[in-house]
Amino acid sequence: MLATLRTAAISAAVGAFLCTSGPAFAQKKYDTGATDTEIKIGHIVPYSGPASAYGVIGKTEEAYFRMINENGGINGRKIKFISYDDAYSPPKAVEQVRRLVESDEALLVFNALGTPSNTAIQKYLNAKKVPQLFVATGATKWNDPRHFPWTIGWQPSYQSEGRIYAKFLLKEKPDAKVAVLYQNDDFGKDYLKGLKDGLEGKASMIIAEASYEVSEPTIDSHVVKLKASGANVLISITTPKFAAQTIKKAAEIDWKALQIVANVSASVGSVLKPAGFENAQGLLSAAYAKDASDPQWQSDPGMQKFFAFLDKYYPEGDRLNSSVVYGYGAAQTLAKILEMCGDDLTRANIMKQAANLKDFTPDTLLPGVKINTSATDFAPIEQLQMMRFSGEKWDLFGEVISGELSH
Amino acid sequence: MSAAAEDTVTEAPAVEAVPKRAMTLGTGTSLVILAALLVTPVFVKNFVVFQMTMVMIYGIAVLALNILTGGSGQFSLGQSAFYALGAYTSAVLMENFNVNYALTLPIAGLVSFGAGYLFGKPALRLSGIYLALATFALAVAMPQLLKLHFLEQWTGGVQGLTVMKPDAPFGLPIGQDKWLYYFTLVIALAIYLGSVNLLRSRSGRAFMSIRDNEIAASAMGVDVAQYKTLAFGVSAAITGIAGGLSAIVVAFVAPDSYTINLAIALFLGMVVGGVGWLPGSFVGAAFIIFVPNIAESISKGLSGAVFGVLLFLVIFLVPHGARQVAIVAQQMLGNLRKN
Repeated sequence: MLATLRTAAISAAVGAFLCTSGPAFAQKKYDTGATDTEIKIGHIVPYSGPASAYGVIGKTEEAYFRMINENGGINGRKIKFISYDDAYSPPKAVEQVRRLVESDEALLVFNALGTPSNTAIQKYLNAKKVPQLFVATGATKWNDPRHFPWTIGWQPSYQSEGRIYAKFLLKEKPDAKVAVLYQNDDFGKDYLKGLKDGLEGKASMIIAEASYEVSEPTIDSHVVKLKASGANVLISITTPKFAAQTIKKAAEIDWKALQIVANVSASVGSVLKPAGFENAQGLLSAAYAKDASDPQWQSDPGMQKFFAFLDKYYPEGDRLNSSVVYGYGAAQTLAKILEMCGDDLTRANIMKQAANLKDFTPDTLLPGVKINTSATDFAPIEQLQMMRFSGEKWDLFGEVISGELSH
Repeated sequence: MSAAAEDTVTEAPAVEAVPKRAMTLGTGTSLVILAALLVTPVFVKNFVVFQMTMVMIYGIAVLALNILTGGSGQFSLGQSAFYALGAYTSAVLMENFNVNYALTLPIAGLVSFGAGYLFGKPALRLSGIYLALATFALAVAMPQLLKLHFLEQWTGGVQGLTVMKPDAPFGLPIGQDKWLYYFTLVIALAIYLGSVNLLRSRSGRAFMSIRDNEIAASAMGVDVAQYKTLAFGVSAAITGIAGGLSAIVVAFVAPDSYTINLAIALFLGMVVGGVGWLPGSFVGAAFIIFVPNIAESISKGLSGAVFGVLLFLVIFLVPHGARQVAIVAQQMLGNLRKN
């Protein structure tokens, strides 16, 4: 009798305990890689090999999460940032990502770099239902929530940028005769497609096209040929070496066309300086992030936070390196998502929050460039601002333009 | 004069003669290792199974180089090109022509054999470091050739090709990773046994006589040109099969996967495993897969330098690689038995 009574008392107590703690359990939901005290983030980037210059992105992000942890973490949880080297080799990327997911049990894979590496891991991560967040590549195919609901991009796609140049031309120079020089690979073709889509019915504005192979030593002959077409606008969808050659050659043969150069080749140090500043005056391009070397941002509150972060947590980082600015912005976006997830750190909720960003602005993006995503829009940054080269620096002008098709 | 010049050229790559029996492990040891390989996947995570599969695949490729260098004494820094050829053959057949993955492997081997044989013909005129340089050119050219525009409809250009990973057949209740592990194990075993037999056969003896002294070999009636190209062809074929397997297991091929770095890694695997010692190929493969990870865990920024130091230590302490370790271990075991 006594025993049954005791049992009854215990079960009542247990029952009461379950009742009170029930709602708390319901609020806190975790998938592998998240606990009450920690969130494990998986990351791969080439620290070695041909693209090791991008390793800086990983180091910046690691420093950023160190800063977050020192300030108490996200919703009380520390970030464990596990970053591996894939040496820009797709098979190595597959190995390292499987290590992150199956051995380290990371909650998600963040900001993996390069189109080939991301393509290699995309099917695996989607089959495993592990978020592949904010991939560091400009290819357009990452915005495909219907087929790959676990993969989302971050930076503006090459197509968005192409569409922005089209919008600019339609508005400012509707009677332009356009010549296009593009690199014959996925980068060049993505751009060209964006440009043509953006011109909509007026794709006939493009009167001449020329493509070059990366293996060609010089593209002078293409520039001469394009000049002969009588075009008054030259769109140069080129990588840095060829962009510099194009600017120089156009000046040499006295071709006074309005020249637009792709954002990847807008670097003052590696493109415009070798091409000669005097040849680059009036050149146009577009940007989405602030240039840390530009004096106009020295007193900008966002950039001041960025500089303070560099001074304290990553003093060896080169503030003129655009990869540092990039890593900071991407890491800040991830921190925002994790904050929005609250105590529901399931992989499904992470994707839901990643597709639910409304007018989010990391410190390093240009004023007016906002991150917006939705269940059908997996392309976070789609806006850029036009800029014109004058003297020895870029001047931003006009409004921030969106590269989305519908607007 | 010309004889003297020839001497200096052939002397440089001279590889220490390896007795036939020293090419393999004892029967007992082999059976124990085989049993371990059969049982391990049951107890470890899928990720480890995947890594072991990759070790076997790279092991097959290193073994192919071992036949060429350890067997016939020719150098190659172009194995990544044959590996890429095999990988792309398998991937294109599977994705564009719906060929069963297992059937693509012999085709990959044949295509690579053809390429290796054809390349071996003119390359015959070269020896030692000159041959190494010619094959080096092949490795450098391959990723660019794969990006060629007119091949793009099949190869996918720079984007590469994604391949469907096969499930276990006949409804076997094992996962993809474990199935591919056993699939690879069977092929690796077949290739290993085939290679051992090849080197023990008449052709193998011809290879080794060429390696040890070309002039003496031809005086004994060995058709030097024929056997040298044959060695190239066989090595390329096996490398191609390894490449095909890697396409199936990684489920993705892209030009950037098969750069000169891969060729150097395979060469390194051969040296670490012990030149001319076939089981060492798999030890070498484990080295090129796991040691970069170890180096990275020691220092991220200096992973390359740490890897260099580790490699230097291996070369300095055991210049003959895993073979040396195995021989020492065998002697110690022998001493124990005597006592």
